[in-house]
Amino acid sequence: MTRDPGGLLQPSRRQFLATSASLAGGLVIACFVPFGARRLFAQEGAPPAAPAVDPNAFVRIGSDDTITILLKHAEMGQGVWTSLPMVVAEELDCDWTRVRVETAPNAQVYANNAFGIQGTGGSTSTHESFDQMRQAGAMARAMLVEAAAKRWKVDAATCRTENGFVISGAHKASYGELADAAARLKPPQKVVVKDPSKWTLIGKPTRRLDSLAKVTGKAGFGIDVQRPGLLVGVIARCPVFGGTPKRFDATSAKAIPGVVDVVQVPSGIAILANHFWAAKKGREALDVEWNAGAGASLSTPAMRADYRKRADKPGAIAKQAGSVDAVLEAAGTRIEAVYEVPFLAHAPMEPLNCTVEIGKDGCEIWTGTQFQGVDQGVVAGILGIKPEQVKIHTQFLGGGFGRRANPQSDFIAEAVHVAKAANKPVKIVWTREDDIHGGYYRPMWLSRFVAALGADGMPSAWTHTVVGQSIAAGTPFAAGMIKDGVDVTSVEGAADSPYLAAIAAHRVDLHTPESPIPVLWWRSVGHSHTAFVVESFVDELAHAAKVDPLAYRRKLLPADSRNLRALELAAREFGWGKPLAKGHAAGLAAHESFGSHVAQVAELSVEDGRIRVHRVVCAIDCGPVVNPMTIEAQMQSAIAFGLSAALHSEVTFKDGKVEQSNFHDYRVLRLDEMPKVEVHIVKSTEKMGGVGEPGLPPIAPAVANALFALTGKRLRNLPLKLA
Amino acid sequence: MKLDINGREHVVDVPDDMPLLWVLRDVVGLTGTKFGCGMAQCGACTVHVDGAPVRSCVTPASALAGKKVTTIESLGSDGSHPVQRAWIEHDVVQCGYCQSGQIMSAVALLKVKPKPSDADIDAAMGGNICRCGTYQRIRSAVHRAAELGEENRHDA
Repeated sequence: MTRDPGGLLQPSRRQFLATSASLAGGLVIACFVPFGARRLFAQEGAPPAAPAVDPNAFVRIGSDDTITILLKHAEMGQGVWTSLPMVVAEELDCDWTRVRVETAPNAQVYANNAFGIQGTGGSTSTHESFDQMRQAGAMARAMLVEAAAKRWKVDAATCRTENGFVISGAHKASYGELADAAARLKPPQKVVVKDPSKWTLIGKPTRRLDSLAKVTGKAGFGIDVQRPGLLVGVIARCPVFGGTPKRFDATSAKAIPGVVDVVQVPSGIAILANHFWAAKKGREALDVEWNAGAGASLSTPAMRADYRKRADKPGAIAKQAGSVDAVLEAAGTRIEAVYEVPFLAHAPMEPLNCTVEIGKDGCEIWTGTQFQGVDQGVVAGILGIKPEQVKIHTQFLGGGFGRRANPQSDFIAEAVHVAKAANKPVKIVWTREDDIHGGYYRPMWLSRFVAALGADGMPSAWTHTVVGQSIAAGTPFAAGMIKDGVDVTSVEGAADSPYLAAIAAHRVDLHTPESPIPVLWWRSVGHSHTAFVVESFVDELAHAAKVDPLAYRRKLLPADSRNLRALELAAREFGWGKPLAKGHAAGLAAHESFGSHVAQVAELSVEDGRIRVHRVVCAIDCGPVVNPMTIEAQMQSAIAFGLSAALHSEVTFKDGKVEQSNFHDYRVLRLDEMPKVEVHIVKSTEKMGGVGEPGLPPIAPAVANALFALTGKRLRNLPLKLA
Repeated sequence: MKLDINGREHVVDVPDDMPLLWVLRDVVGLTGTKFGCGMAQCGACTVHVDGAPVRSCVTPASALAGKKVTTIESLGSDGSHPVQRAWIEHDVVQCGYCQSGQIMSAVALLKVKPKPSDADIDAAMGGNICRCGTYQRIRSAVHRAAELGEENRHDA
């Protein structure tokens, strides 16, 4: 039988029935979370506090020796389905081939220790739960040992564990045999975890545990959810942000065979049908007129002009030192540059979707979400129920990239509104057009730099004015993320640039315009623009000083800095300075984000007017390594995602409407454009950092710098356009 | 209308213009084939019709009378098909959403080119988008699948 100390650990009835065979005689490890939650969003508190003493459940051992690990994080491709179980299994000394993974339900016990609420993002998953997972594994092991010692009437100290067995002298029992007895024991208050020198699984290249499900079409994504009586819905939304329906007539939509209902919700008009195709046809047939509102005047050229004008004056101060204006005034050599990057859609391959069933006892949600801790509160608020009455069945995410961690839970809230209005179970599905038009974009950014160079060619003053919308403004995270008018994510990677330490007079400031266009974190958040502009501008300074870009960075970065170490490794492995094929050139960049330091060297050419990136050498220092294969995959992944933005993607506005609609005009990287990526991991005992995002920031500047080396022309806007 | 899907006959009552993708997913209940764009831009919905790859999101089911439709489910659930084996061996997948389509494109490629070059792979797989950027491992896994396919032929 399972133990259920806090009423939170019981798997749902459906899950229980599905796994009861392996659960019979199983063990649920309950342990106390011993660490205070560090909070990402609010250094000074804000999100709901984790209970001081909180039961926790991460491991189940079946009488058939199956080890089931409950994963508190969403698997969205980043590999936590494998890397976190590796950490538990390391301490548990179990047979890795018997490890199974299940997504944990939503509960505060599964809070992200960096956020204080349940959620996956900020490249935190592995480092925030590393100690917790080790403890869970070690506690389970200790209880199995204690059960064995009792059975054999031996001192627990004589017992050792090996590959799923407890052994003492001639005694040997499998974990499955001991699970039932172990489940009756009280979890130990304290356990000792292995010394890293004893690790056999952590650090070992380990293949993913979710491959079989994903190569057979069996993996369950939110969009695949099927429930009895479920209607599929699409929503007609105003094509201009902030607009509302002026009038609509559902008659022609309801005339489409298969359409069952049409209901109005705050975000638009939902068409519900027996299948997606009928719902989509119903939406096409819907007679609706919109009040576009103030957003109708939005246009990208006007916004860019406005941003340029704002950047002429300093904004809210994010970081300053020395008498910047005086040094600039007196400078012999002044260098100025303006960089711009566009709004970007996340465009995960799985379009947004959410399935909702409202019952008399609460609400059940099936979706791919990164933000259960926020979602359950939002849903409870809409329905007037308690957050505990909201049950979220997190599915595999067909990509997240930040889009599925929404402070407003937009796509979930909308589906709940529809289910409530229609009084029926519904699955709301976004089309790709809905996704590209529907917002929550990486903000558009403009950066204006002015720097002075001393006689030695090194910068003596540096100003960086950033203009762009705040992600935190208007969300529950504003209090924690906005300090003195500066959203810290707007200037991350700029205000804390490691170059500033070597520049006596510097200022980084921020303008935060407002618009109806909804913005959100997009893989690597602020670093997605700051790395591009800072690393491009440093290259400009190197060129002005007539110094090799690598040598220039060596002078600017502290000798023992992790950025420089990563850069040296990438440059050495690339063969920086060695002759390249005719028509090829190389550029480099290094950037810290999410606690990891990544450097990249990109080699490219221009063929038939197209930028062809042939090779990227990437070095990362992320501290201790759990799974090198995950890191390699995440570096390739972030480089591909970053190259999409560097070479292709942009969202622009005309008359308030988004001009792009699908992958033909919101272009992303394709296989024939993928460079050969070589990943090198710096041997490091530094603090563990993230790997999901840090590989992205350096690629755009590395490519832009290589392009400058090739053509002599500095492109300061993304996506890079040759003519 | 009657459809032959993975060797089984299905009788479905759907509008003539309904794309095969939605018949598979919402009517027949085969959800391994994915919706990504709805306009043949991303390849997530790739299935085979009489052995050739097609984008099911723009293929009306009514055009498929008398033809054989095969989906990712036809490759089996134990991962033993050479392309699936290669995918697992090379740790290709990430989020996994596009991989049914990637695999169906790769299977089709290997049918016509049992030993494809990098250029062949670029040409055949360029229509399948992966936002996770698994492209490098897809390339190597297609080569590996070609080797495994050859071993299979020798064994047979």
